[in-house]
Amino acid sequence: MNTFVLGLIVLAYLISLTYLGFKGYRKSSTDKDYLLAGGEIHPFVMAVSYGATFISSSAIIGFGGVAANFGMGLIWLTFLNMFVGVVVAFLFFGRKTRRIGHHLNAHTFPEFLGKSYNSKAIQVFAGAVIFIAMPLYAAVVLKGGAVFIEKIFEIDYNIALFLFALVIAAYVIAGGLRGVMYTDALQGTIMFASMIFLLIWTYKTIGMGFGEANVHLSEMASEVPDKLKAIGHMGWTSMPEAGSPWWYTLVTSLILGVGIGVLAQPQLVVRFMTVKSTKELNRAVLIGCVFILATTGIIFTVGAVSNIFFMQTEGQIAINAVNDLDKIIPEYIKASMPGWFAAIFMLTILSASMSTLSSQFHAMGTSIGRDVISTISKKQRNNTRITRGGVAFAIIISYIICYTLSIGVIARGTAIFFGICAATFLPAYFCSLYWKKTTAKAAFWSMISGFSASLFALLFMHAKESQALGISQFIFGKPVLFDKMPWPVLDPMVISLPVSIIVIVVLTLLSNNSNERNKNVLA
Amino acid sequence: MFGISDPGIYLAYLLVFLCVIFAVIYGIINWNKGGNDKEQPLEEDLKWEEEELKIKEDEA
Repeated sequence: MNTFVLGLIVLAYLISLTYLGFKGYRKSSTDKDYLLAGGEIHPFVMAVSYGATFISSSAIIGFGGVAANFGMGLIWLTFLNMFVGVVVAFLFFGRKTRRIGHHLNAHTFPEFLGKSYNSKAIQVFAGAVIFIAMPLYAAVVLKGGAVFIEKIFEIDYNIALFLFALVIAAYVIAGGLRGVMYTDALQGTIMFASMIFLLIWTYKTIGMGFGEANVHLSEMASEVPDKLKAIGHMGWTSMPEAGSPWWYTLVTSLILGVGIGVLAQPQLVVRFMTVKSTKELNRAVLIGCVFILATTGIIFTVGAVSNIFFMQTEGQIAINAVNDLDKIIPEYIKASMPGWFAAIFMLTILSASMSTLSSQFHAMGTSIGRDVISTISKKQRNNTRITRGGVAFAIIISYIICYTLSIGVIARGTAIFFGICAATFLPAYFCSLYWKKTTAKAAFWSMISGFSASLFALLFMHAKESQALGISQFIFGKPVLFDKMPWPVLDPMVISLPVSIIVIVVLTLLSNNSNERNKNVLA
Repeated sequence: MFGISDPGIYLAYLLVFLCVIFAVIYGIINWNKGGNDKEQPLEEDLKWEEEELKIKEDEA
């Protein structure tokens, strides 16, 4: 594809984003507009925005590469993304969150928690946790997007990073959540369409159907390299050996960590409060599940099947043909798809990055602006202006992280954030919806203990983070405190989430005071 | 099933397909349900309570 056509496609894309961002800006005059998109978003926009925010470029490029290397075990993640991330999230969490959120007039996730428990401390702490932990997650996506632009357009990384951050900053700061969700809907639609094409063209290229390709892939199990066999790889259509290092990583980090972690993501929870009634959430279940199937379901399947393509064309499996996990999907697209699709796929990756980033920036900005500064401050100020300032500040912090932290730390940003969110927020969030007796004190200490346990597991136990951060090495002279299996490969959430659950249950049962919460709204 | 012999994998695909079928059926059946929320009066009550609290605070 020549640079001129590529330039035209990107220009058309940027003009569309500008239009949607401006549309969001024109309709954002109140706090509710800026923070909750007015509370009357169309179910299609809500569901696609939720999915596009959830599925970042790393889910497509990174996890697609993991599927190419390790096979179809990742389909469990697609199932959890759909069942937990959409069905359970929308029907069991979303409906009540929307209803209670509207009653309480909550505009953000921390505000929802704070008002549910009638505690400003909870709101401020939740806002602070999001503002501290999320920039690392945003930096992963920001850096990934900038590297992608650098390679596609062959421009300097620093310029790519600056322009990428600037474009997103423009429509998030101006358009608020309306701007974010309108652009998400466009980006999600591009992702959906290109994934469907990718699936159809893949099976056409290898000349097999779904079942036939799976049989062929099963027969290729003998091609698994010895170093992968050693960590539990048993073929691309088989689960890894139970108890092996790869099995622990797949089951605890990828499947449980990411699959369950989605339930307490502030930037996703806030979307439940953007729709007018339960009807929109019912419709969104259908749209959301189909979207997740079309994105992660397809990329995980195509990733594994790409081994057949590389074997047919180069006589070797994907990882041997490409050598870099993150380059398998881009190389596969380049080698197997029509030329014009490479440009569309480039937009798909940009869309996946931008839809995730815009929501992260918005969530961080509202956390520091509305939940921390406006809540602590006693003076009456213009909240929307403070929130806009918060968003701008959050973007600058994420931008700086891209330059200051090591690649090893940034690469773990997604898992770190998911783990911290689940352990800190999930028990308090669940109890705010379903356990009326929960006291503010129990919720607050559950959040503190979940956050602390997460930090401890990340800094001293889980090898991938503790080695990258180096604090355990500095203090104790060894990369992890417990080097006996499975501790170094056990996801931090498996340790920290039970801690926060136990704290909230025990403190609530020990407390006789059930009047701490505003029970009027917990119907 | 689906050309895959390991139940650990074909079960995952089966659950994915069942989940989509459930979501489609659920979405179609409930497409127009849940539009009439009954919480509107309660929201007004809550605002009224908040105003009441403010008044009390001001008086204090």
